Amino acid sequence: RFGQLSSGSDMAPDWTMKEVSTGTTIMAVEYDGGVVIGADSRTTTGAYIANRVTDKLTPIHDRIFCCRSGSAADTQAIADVVTYQLGFHSIELDEAPLVQTAANLFKASCYRYREELMAGIIVAGWDKRRGGQVYTVPVGGMLVRQPVSVGGSGSTYIYGYMDSNYKPNMTKDQCLRLVSGALSLAMERDGSSGGVVRLAAISETGVDRQVILGNQLPKWSTA
Amino acid sequence: PPGGGSGTYDLSASTFSPDGRVFQVEYAMKAVENSSTAIGIRCKDGVVFGVEKLILSKLYEQGSNKRIFNVDRHVGMAVAGLLADARSLSEVAREEASNFRSNYGHNIPLKYLSERVAMYVHAYTLYSAVRPFGCSFILGSYDQDDGPQLYMVDPSGISFGYWGCAIGKAKQAAKTEIEKLQMKDMTCRELVKEVAKIIYIVHDEVKDKAFELELSWVGEVTNGKHELVPKDIRVEAEKYAKFIGCDGRTEDGYTTL
Repeated sequence: RFGQLSSGSDMAPDWTMKEVSTGTTIMAVEYDGGVVIGADSRTTTGAYIANRVTDKLTPIHDRIFCCRSGSAADTQAIADVVTYQLGFHSIELDEAPLVQTAANLFKASCYRYREELMAGIIVAGWDKRRGGQVYTVPVGGMLVRQPVSVGGSGSTYIYGYMDSNYKPNMTKDQCLRLVSGALSLAMERDGSSGGVVRLAAISETGVDRQVILGNQLPKWSTA
Repeated sequence: PPGGGSGTYDLSASTFSPDGRVFQVEYAMKAVENSSTAIGIRCKDGVVFGVEKLILSKLYEQGSNKRIFNVDRHVGMAVAGLLADARSLSEVAREEASNFRSNYGHNIPLKYLSERVAMYVHAYTLYSAVRPFGCSFILGSYDQDDGPQLYMVDPSGISFGYWGCAIGKAKQAAKTEIEKLQMKDMTCRELVKEVAKIIYIVHDEVKDKAFELELSWVGEVTNGKHELVPKDIRVEAEKYAKFIGCDGRTEDGYTTL
């Protein structure tokens, strides 16, 4: 892995020798009838922000998305592979794929190549068998379904917020507010997260995407 | 040339006859027709299989030479034809179901499984170096999402979904009996008795002597697990079958109500 090269040289800037990373805060919440997913938009190479308007919410199929954190290249490559595999599988089955299937395909790649990859992925979507579902596949390649999941470097700052504010059986709008609130807090504190908040609500009717710009973000301090 | 006018077009599966038939595949189907009958019926809450297992020797252990296999926890397979071919195909089906679960993380849908195995069977009808499989089989499954499903695959490698089907020597007679049933409104418990009855009706006591009835089911009653019908339910079903199937006369010839 070429992620941790020497950070010693004063002559050359950080971004000439650091891997591109989606430092990130990502999250996903299940509600009755679908899921709400959200992410920040910052991609960094060391201290340089390579992309301040990144889209980390990647469609894998019509009603299945993934939230990417970790190495930008690794997560893009894995997402491409899974998109292919799931598309093929869906055609063979002649029906829409299950979110669980997509999650298992992510797990298969993340686990098999765990030594070479750095990818923390949250898979979320809607299927007609089990409705809205969130599956988390952290580094190492474990797979577990959770009603709420947070990931990325910024997630550490919002565990307390999630534990105290998430309640089961919330409505879609409550989830949207929860996610945008949590992401704003994380982006405020984590240097690797920032930019805009990207949201998506996935349900039987389809995918509804939103962007919340910096000045429109919920404010948690008067400063 | 034996039998009808197949001439020299029946020596390999890679040859069509002038009227567009592949005789090797048709001969394979004849092998199935020589075998004893197997039926599968799908009802409201499950699938029931019944097989007329002819006992060729008194030395056979009871319950041996099974004609019904477990392909996965939720899938059963009843066969007719060359048993060795059927056993090999059950292994193929098991691998398909297992690989699917390993790759995708959930139960294989029956439609997909039967298409995969049918594709495998079909491959053996394309080349002269191999012979087609001499067996047909019926696949049945039950799960929460798709409910009960029933598919049949024949030696030509084609698969269809059914509410009820029969394979083997008495398949016509069995189909007639099956068509009389209103299976969509029946439960597994009711259906088990009817399946046993049909097997007893189509069994030819003159040509074939003793037989063992192999019954299995999968449905809500078994919590989605395919298994042989428990002994007490099978015995009751056979009692019903013998009574109704033999015009009210029991085995020892006495008429009872």
